[in-house]
Amino acid sequence: MAASAPTAAARPPARRRPRLGAYGLLLPASVVIAVALGYPLVRQFVLSFQEFGLKQQFGAPPEWVGLQNYTDLLTDSYVWTVIARSIAFCLVNAALTMLIGVALAVLMERVARAARMTLQVALLLAWGTPVLASMTVWQWLFDTQYGVINWTLVHVFGLEQFDRHSWIVQPLSFYLVATVIVVWMSVPFVAFSVYAGLLQVPNETMEAAQLDGASPRQRFWNITIPMIRPVLTIVLLLQIIWDLKVFTQIYTLQRAGAPTRETNLLGTLIYSMSKDFGQAGALATIMLVITLALTGFYIRKMLKEDEL
Amino acid sequence: MSTVAAPRSKRPSTRPAQVQPTASTAAGRSQRRTARTLLSALAVVVAVLWVFPIYWMVNSAFQPVSALQSPDPAWLPVGGTISNVRQVVNDGTFWAAMRVSLSVVVIVLVAALVFAFFAALAVSRFRFRGRKSFILTILVVQMIPAEGLFISQYAVLDSWGLVNRAAGLALVYTAAILPFTIWMLRGFVAGVPIELEEAAMVDGLSRTGAFFRITFPLLAPGLVASGVYGFLQAWNEYTLALVVMTEPAQRTLPLWLQGLLEANRATDWGVVMAGSAIIAIPVIVFFLFVQGKMTSGLVSGAVKG
Repeated sequence: MAASAPTAAARPPARRRPRLGAYGLLLPASVVIAVALGYPLVRQFVLSFQEFGLKQQFGAPPEWVGLQNYTDLLTDSYVWTVIARSIAFCLVNAALTMLIGVALAVLMERVARAARMTLQVALLLAWGTPVLASMTVWQWLFDTQYGVINWTLVHVFGLEQFDRHSWIVQPLSFYLVATVIVVWMSVPFVAFSVYAGLLQVPNETMEAAQLDGASPRQRFWNITIPMIRPVLTIVLLLQIIWDLKVFTQIYTLQRAGAPTRETNLLGTLIYSMSKDFGQAGALATIMLVITLALTGFYIRKMLKEDEL
Repeated sequence: MSTVAAPRSKRPSTRPAQVQPTASTAAGRSQRRTARTLLSALAVVVAVLWVFPIYWMVNSAFQPVSALQSPDPAWLPVGGTISNVRQVVNDGTFWAAMRVSLSVVVIVLVAALVFAFFAALAVSRFRFRGRKSFILTILVVQMIPAEGLFISQYAVLDSWGLVNRAAGLALVYTAAILPFTIWMLRGFVAGVPIELEEAAMVDGLSRTGAFFRITFPLLAPGLVASGVYGFLQAWNEYTLALVVMTEPAQRTLPLWLQGLLEANRATDWGVVMAGSAIIAIPVIVFFLFVQGKMTSGLVSGAVKG
C-alpha cells in the first residue's frame, strides 16, 4: 500500500469552479437515496413507536404506543431465540467464508497457471449464478428422493441412513444446508478480493524478509496478513452484514417444507410480521442496532485509517 | 544491488545460493515441485466441487423425467431431451416475467449510471463543503441491512401507489445500487489525471469539450463495469421483488422461477432446472466478462479509500 500511495492523484485538486456545480451533480443521486432509503429508514423508526396493523393499512390513523412494540418483542423469549440464532448463524457463516476464501486465495497464488485458471473459472461460475437459480439447484441436490447428495452418501459412502433422508426438517440440519449454500455463494467474492490484495504485496518486501531468514510461515503472518489487512477488514465487514440479514436462502428453504417457527432468522421473522408494520419496524430497528454492534468497531477503525 | 534486483520477478527457488544453500539443491527443488503439483491437484478438486451444482443444473435441464427419477443419477446428458427447455420457452408467464424484469433493469441501469456518474464526478473533481460527509454517508448507507427495511419501503411505495409497478421496484433498486456504484466510479474518475484534461484545454478545447473528448473515453471501462454490476443486482434480486411485486402478472424472473419450482417440485425437476439455467446462463456469461473490473474497483475502493 505504501509503495503505491498516490500523492497528487488521490487529492481532488482545489480548483476554482462554481460551487453550485458540484451540488447540482450530487442532487439526483442524493434525492433517490433519500427517497428510497433514507425516508423508509425514518419511517420505519417512526412506525416502530406506533400501532400499525391491518386496520391502519386500510386507512385508520396510526396510534402512538410508545415503546410498546419494543417491550412486546424483547419480553418474548422466542424473539431472543431468533436473535441468538441469527447471530450464531452470521458468525459461523462469516468465519467459514473468510477461512475458506482466504485459503483459496492463497492456494491460487501457489499453484500452476492451469490449475489456477480452473479454480478461478469454477468460482466465477458459482459467483455469477443468480441466487434464486442457485437455491433451486441446491434444493434439487439435497432432494429427499432423487437428490444426488443422498445418493452419494448411500452408494459411495455406504451410509444407509441417508436413503430418503430429508435435510430440512430438523433445524440443525436445515442450518447446515443453509450454511453450505451461503458459504458456496460467498466464498468466490472473498477469494477474489483477497487474491487481488495478495497480488499487491510487493515481491521486494517478501524477498527482503526471506534474505533476513524469515520462514514462509513467518512471512505469511508477519508480512502478507498485515499488508492485506484493509482488504480482509472490509470483506469481513461485508460478510457479517450480509450473513446477518440473510433472507432469500432461508425463505426459499422454508418454502421447501421446513418448519418455519423452528428455522426463522431475523430476516424471515420480520417478513412474517408484515401484517403489523409497527412491530416489524421495531424488530428491523433492533436488527440495525445488532448490525451496528457487530460492525461498529470495524467501521470506526476503517474510518480512522482511511483518508477520505 | 543487482544480485538482489535480478531475481525479483522469478520464483524463490532461483534466489542467491549462499543465503539458504539447501533451498537451491536438486532435492529441495523437486520437493517444492511436488508440493506445487499436490496443491494444483487440490485446486482442481476444489474447482470440481464448486462447479458441480452448476453442471448439475445444466445436466438436469436436458434430462427426461424418467432419467431424473431413476434409482441412479444420470451423470451425463447423453440421449438428453430439449423438451424441458421447450416447455419453458413456450410458457407465456416466462415471457411476461421477462418483460417485467427487463423494464425494471432498463430503468435501474439508466438512472443508476447517470446519477452515480454525476456524483462520482462531483466528489472526485470538486472540493466543496459537505464532500467528506457525502462520502461517509455513501459508506454508511451500504451498511444498512436493507432486508430489515423492506416493510417500510413497502409502506412508502404503497402510499405513493408504486406497489406492483416496475417504476416502484426500480426506485428501491436504484437507491440500493447507487452507493456502491458511486464508490466504484469514484475510483475510476480519480484514476484519470486532471492534467490530461488541462493539457487538452491548453491545446484549445473548452472545459466541456476536454472532458468529453479526453476523460470520458477513459472512463468507459468503469461505466461498463458499473453497468453490469447494476444489471446483475437488479436482475437477480429476490427479496424486494417478493415484497413489492405481489400480483402474479407483475412477477420478475426470480419470482417466476420460485413459482415454477413450487409448481413442479417432486414431479418434474427437469423443467425447473431448465428454467434456472435459462435465467442463469446469460447472466453468468455476462459476469465472466466484467468480473475483473468489478473486483478491482471494490478493492481499490477498499484499499485506497
